[in-house]
Amino acid sequence: MIKKFDKKDEESGSGSNPFQHLEKSAVLQEARIFNETPINPRRCLHILTKIIYLLNQGEHFGTTEATEAFFAMTRLFQSNDQTLRRMCYLTIKEMANISEDVIIVTSSLTKDMTGKEDVYRGPAIRALCRITDTTMLQAIERYMKQAIVDKVPSVSSSALVSSLHMVKMSYDVVKRWVNEAQEAASSDNIMVQYHALGLLYHLRKNDRLAVTKMLNKFTKSGLKSPFAYCMLIRIASKLLDETEAGHDSPLFDFIESCLRNKNEMVVYEAASAIVHMPNCTARELAPAVSVLQLFCSSPKAALRYAAVRTLNKVAMKHPSAVTACNLDLENLITDSNRSIATLAITTLLKTGSESSVDRLMKQISSFVSEISDEFKVVVVQAISALCQKYPRKHSVMMNFLSNMLRDDGGFDYKRAIVDCIISIIEENPESKETGLAHLCEFIEDCEHTVLATKILHLLGKEGPRTPQPSKYIRFIFNRVVLESEAVRAAAVSALAKFGAQNDDLCFAFLDDEVRDRATFYMNVLQQKQKALNAAYIFNGLSVSIPGLEKSLHQYTLDPSEKPFDMKSVPLATTPITEQKTEIAPVATSKLPEKLAPSRQDIYQEQLAAVPEFQGLGPLFKSSEPVQLTEAETEYVVRCIKHTFARHMVFQFDCTNTLNDQLLQKLTASPTVSPVPATL
Amino acid sequence: MSCNDPPQQEPSLYTVKAVLILDNDGDRLYAKYYDDTYPTVKEQKTFEKNIFNKTHRTDSEIALLEGLTVVYKSNIDLFFYVIGSSHENELMLMAVLNCLFDSLSQMLRKNVERRALLENMEGLFLAVDEIVDGGVILESDPQQVVHRVALRGDDVPLTEQTVTQVLQSAKEQIKWSLLR
Repeated sequence: MIKKFDKKDEESGSGSNPFQHLEKSAVLQEARIFNETPINPRRCLHILTKIIYLLNQGEHFGTTEATEAFFAMTRLFQSNDQTLRRMCYLTIKEMANISEDVIIVTSSLTKDMTGKEDVYRGPAIRALCRITDTTMLQAIERYMKQAIVDKVPSVSSSALVSSLHMVKMSYDVVKRWVNEAQEAASSDNIMVQYHALGLLYHLRKNDRLAVTKMLNKFTKSGLKSPFAYCMLIRIASKLLDETEAGHDSPLFDFIESCLRNKNEMVVYEAASAIVHMPNCTARELAPAVSVLQLFCSSPKAALRYAAVRTLNKVAMKHPSAVTACNLDLENLITDSNRSIATLAITTLLKTGSESSVDRLMKQISSFVSEISDEFKVVVVQAISALCQKYPRKHSVMMNFLSNMLRDDGGFDYKRAIVDCIISIIEENPESKETGLAHLCEFIEDCEHTVLATKILHLLGKEGPRTPQPSKYIRFIFNRVVLESEAVRAAAVSALAKFGAQNDDLCFAFLDDEVRDRATFYMNVLQQKQKALNAAYIFNGLSVSIPGLEKSLHQYTLDPSEKPFDMKSVPLATTPITEQKTEIAPVATSKLPEKLAPSRQDIYQEQLAAVPEFQGLGPLFKSSEPVQLTEAETEYVVRCIKHTFARHMVFQFDCTNTLNDQLLQKLTASPTVSPVPATL
Repeated sequence: MSCNDPPQQEPSLYTVKAVLILDNDGDRLYAKYYDDTYPTVKEQKTFEKNIFNKTHRTDSEIALLEGLTVVYKSNIDLFFYVIGSSHENELMLMAVLNCLFDSLSQMLRKNVERRALLENMEGLFLAVDEIVDGGVILESDPQQVVHRVALRGDDVPLTEQTVTQVLQSAKEQIKWSLLR
């Protein structure tokens, strides 16, 4: 019982975080004890830890407060407490960019770097180089050169790595330390070797001859460090690539010999380098593939992952080279690491036979939701490759892809799926309809404009040639109404393609509203360009909708050989138009008075489309048009009053009755003063 | 971000992109980013949440996330992550992760859990500083790291501490008197 209590106590204790409720201001306040004498190392250490913890949590320190804390910290150099001193170095590094005048600690650090305490020297060098600029670097150059060749590994490594960091900033100074680095490269310590090799390469990488010489030297002398070996392999394969040397070059031999290294890290690096070489023959790949095959049964997940990922790459170009590993890969299908399982399956999809496809696809769909987007893309790519190889399997694949398309996922993933479906459609005519149907479903709820426009474009291209083009029009139409400009534009042009490719047939199926909308939007566009003609074009078009609807309806009821003509619309509606007008541009057709019931709606829509009127709220009532001119003059002007909750809008319709003249620059000057008028 | 790009990259010592330690709830206990992959704190925390969500349920050591290779290890209520480019040698990243974990395990006397770690944050800061410097692997041998961090006994009680201090100052005094 007592024990239980203890345990509970412990648990509640483990939940508390001594740093949880740290306040930056309180900590900085505490930092004042840095100035007390004598220095209390334990307390100061704790405060420095808190400061670094806060910085680490992403807390923002202002320049003034950071500088203040930094200067207080410099006093702690008087203490000889080892851990405290080390924390001072860390604070310097963390604050190098946020505090001002950090260079005041230069002399303290230089002293520590050249002092007797080996524990201080390495970290002091790293802190010093962090706050040093090119001009100051010259002043410490002598110490740096000495440190690089120091017999204490941590000092030498620190100096080499810090030099590497400074190559970007002060190449010309660091370049002068090549001889020291060369000397360090023959150190017995494996890390010093690695760091020296890295620095030498960075200093010489633009001089191919020097790099070649360096490679020759090190590949012959034999290094102890596995890290250095990996670096050498990378340098060698880069050089092979650049010089386009054949695979009989000694460099290739060197990489191949690394396949027999004792260290797995080196073996894997070499195998990976060979696999990634362009133009590798199957025979050259074979030794690399066989070491990767061995790694497949390693108890280490990272090694299995590395191996199967590399084999997956081999399978893209040389599926036959990987066939030998099929058995090992089969064992990885059920690996508890889903990344490994995915890679194994996708590799098998590339190397296996057609009969295994169904089984593998079933396996993969059982956990596809658990893997990250990156691997989903790998899966999609595998499917894409598979469809090319086994065209007969496209229905299984298409089904799978459509399920994936419905799942959550990022842009790259969705794009991969869409691309894959598109390529299947292009290669298998019989899969076109299902594919298009899946894509249509996808654009119904697609947040990626690029993909939506791409699909709409495809629908425009393929849709009209399908047996039932009408199916797709509904989907496209939804895009016209709901989406952003780019998608709407794509949707309208897709519709235009439907119209262009099978004109009469298409129009028969065409939802008339769709086409009106398209024309409507085209006119809206026009309106932007010619603002003055706005109301003119606008009214003309919109009021013709009911007429168009009627005539189209009539047309579909009574199909004729004659293609449907937009220009015939107003003519078809002559029975219900009272005014006889020339109908050369569609836009000039008149308002049929008898269609009054829908008039209010039309006005509402027209007004809503004018940006200035959008804030006015719902239209309350519109008056009957009042003729302001006599019917037989050169131009006819009518006025309609629109009443909103708080506004009154006067609409002036000007109609040109002359064919050979253009009406331009219309202005309205309302003279009725008490009413605020907007046009 | 695709994992199919040829890794024909500039050979370089810059291997590690980040070292993270998260707790049971996915909150950051320690995070050090060595390049600009995630420049703002906000992006970093989003990334950490994503990593945690994808890894905390499975103990599977390695994953590919947001185009980066992530090697990880969990112990009781701590999650350790080492992150590198997707072209990086996974075993190198693993070497860093193992070195970090083993060093901490020694420093915390095999007691690698949240509370012990929080009580020894300075040890953690110093250890990471010895393992990775600006993205370059500085040391991969935990013995060396522990030796270099040279943390004095972490659980030395205050009384003992004062005794050591007394001895230290006594030594100091004797030294001075001899020098005179």
